[in-house]
Amino acid sequence: MFIIKLIIRNAFRHKLRSFLTILGVAIAILAFGLLRTLVGLWYLGVEQSSATRLVTRNAISLVFPLPISYKDRIRQIQGVKEVSFGNWFGGVYIDEKHFFPNFAVEPRSYLDLYPEFVLSPGERDAFIRDRRGAVAGRKLAAKYGWKIGDMITLKGTIFPGQWEFVLRGIYHGAQKSTDETQFFFNWEYLNETMKRTTPRRADQVGFYMIGVTKPELAAEVSQAVDDTFRNSLAETLTETEKAFQLSFVSMTEAIMIAIKIVSYVVIVIIMVVAANTMAMTARERMAEYATLKTLGFGAGHIAGIVFGESVVIAMIGGVVGVLFTFPAAHWIETELSQFFPVFSVSTLTVYLDLLAALVVGVVASIFPTWRGATISIAEGFRRIG
Amino acid sequence: MANEKPPMVEIKDISKSYRRGSQIIPVLQGITFDIAEGEFMALMGPSGSGKSTLLNLIAGIDKADAGIIRIGGVDITTLTEAELAGWRAANVGFIFQFYNLMPVLTAFENVELPLLLTPLSRKERRDHVEMVLSVVGLADRMDHYPSQLSGGQQQRVAIARAIVTDPAILVADEPTGDLDRASAEDILSLMDNLVHRFGKTIIMVTHDPRAAEKAHIIQHLEKGVLSAS
Repeated sequence: MFIIKLIIRNAFRHKLRSFLTILGVAIAILAFGLLRTLVGLWYLGVEQSSATRLVTRNAISLVFPLPISYKDRIRQIQGVKEVSFGNWFGGVYIDEKHFFPNFAVEPRSYLDLYPEFVLSPGERDAFIRDRRGAVAGRKLAAKYGWKIGDMITLKGTIFPGQWEFVLRGIYHGAQKSTDETQFFFNWEYLNETMKRTTPRRADQVGFYMIGVTKPELAAEVSQAVDDTFRNSLAETLTETEKAFQLSFVSMTEAIMIAIKIVSYVVIVIIMVVAANTMAMTARERMAEYATLKTLGFGAGHIAGIVFGESVVIAMIGGVVGVLFTFPAAHWIETELSQFFPVFSVSTLTVYLDLLAALVVGVVASIFPTWRGATISIAEGFRRIG
Repeated sequence: MANEKPPMVEIKDISKSYRRGSQIIPVLQGITFDIAEGEFMALMGPSGSGKSTLLNLIAGIDKADAGIIRIGGVDITTLTEAELAGWRAANVGFIFQFYNLMPVLTAFENVELPLLLTPLSRKERRDHVEMVLSVVGLADRMDHYPSQLSGGQQQRVAIARAIVTDPAILVADEPTGDLDRASAEDILSLMDNLVHRFGKTIIMVTHDPRAAEKAHIIQHLEKGVLSAS
């Protein structure tokens, strides 16, 4: 009890120094938490991929299309429950700065395959019925103040022209981590326009999404789909949605590794700063440690006092850092939604934050604890009469 | 003569030297003297003469290179570090020049410190602390922090801390060195009182001849050797 009392009082003995150390640890933990969240979110698409969804694309590259006629042949393969398809549209709203992902999809099958995009029954029916109908995520609609029935114009980049859509629904995510910044419209609208303006690009899709009856069939169905179109003009490459997402993530793997390294470097830097502060603190208190030893307190008591103070300061900084991580993440999610549509701090990140703070406290205390515990009384007083 | 009480402190042929790099610096050489129970001894000498080193050896916070130090019949030169720590806690009270109080603890908590290593209950500790604080005249200051006390009052707290475990001997290193004349007189009177009223054995290092006058015995150290008594 006495040791705890002494640790707490010592921790706040030099208020400015303690405040600055706690602030430093808090900022480091905040930065660590945000960077870890960023890394985690980068893989969120992969983690949230359904085990029962496959993606089929052109075997040469994603930029090459596939014929719409493949749809019926895929549906006939054993183990296939649902087939949908779509195109990356790449339209621009206002200008390039206002980026959001937009796709042309087959509405009914797409919404069946992606139950995480939740629409009211009325909105769903209106979207399916209207060839110029579109659906936007809740955050996207909120950002631009869109309401049901609004006319939205996108400038085509891959498919040239001014494309006008009627907003028929605003979806919300089934989970907190569901991306609510996407925009879908009816593939038929795109195809009919292509038939009129560029017939050679009509009846083609960018990718198929396939729902399988059981996750165990994923490999078998993938193989069957690719075998079906082997030696055709447009051979396919079918993979699980997870593998498909990973292929995108792997393109940026180096950046993610760099971010991870930076997150660790931040912790190492604050560790050095905290170690310096603790060493300075312990040096100033050597006479006190010597006094305690003189009174009969052992090395274990002294070690506990120094170690405890370091851990208390680091953990307070860690908790403050964690508490600031949530509003910071919310701000990023709100203000930078075009880059980070979902930016939620996971429980694992909170645990990692607290673990990092604990490691900072423990490592920072190693030298001063050893010094305080092993210094002789006479050396502590530094006096020879 | 056969039933004569053995001395409280027996020092026999003590030597101590320090190593600085490859150099060996002798600090104490062949020191021998006794102190009877209830005596007040002053150790005097110029800076660097080895006074504090000798005090540290007697108090068991440093180890002699050779010789015997027997306190209350216990040869402390044979004790291990852990045994010495326990022995110090039970048998020696320390009074320092700069008081060496914990600034984050109140007067009460500072005095209570040595008792935390004893099996006394909370209430027993409180009774002991209140009693010794009243002996040193600070019963009304027990909730004050050291920074809220004068130098003299802080030294009184340090004395209370030194006597709270009722140790056999008190060692004081320049106890009046940081005090004004009046406060120094108060502290010396208090120490004198501890000897006469409570029968404590005190060994005090001092530069101050007026402080030394309070002692029953004065030992002079010169270059690590006792020069006169």
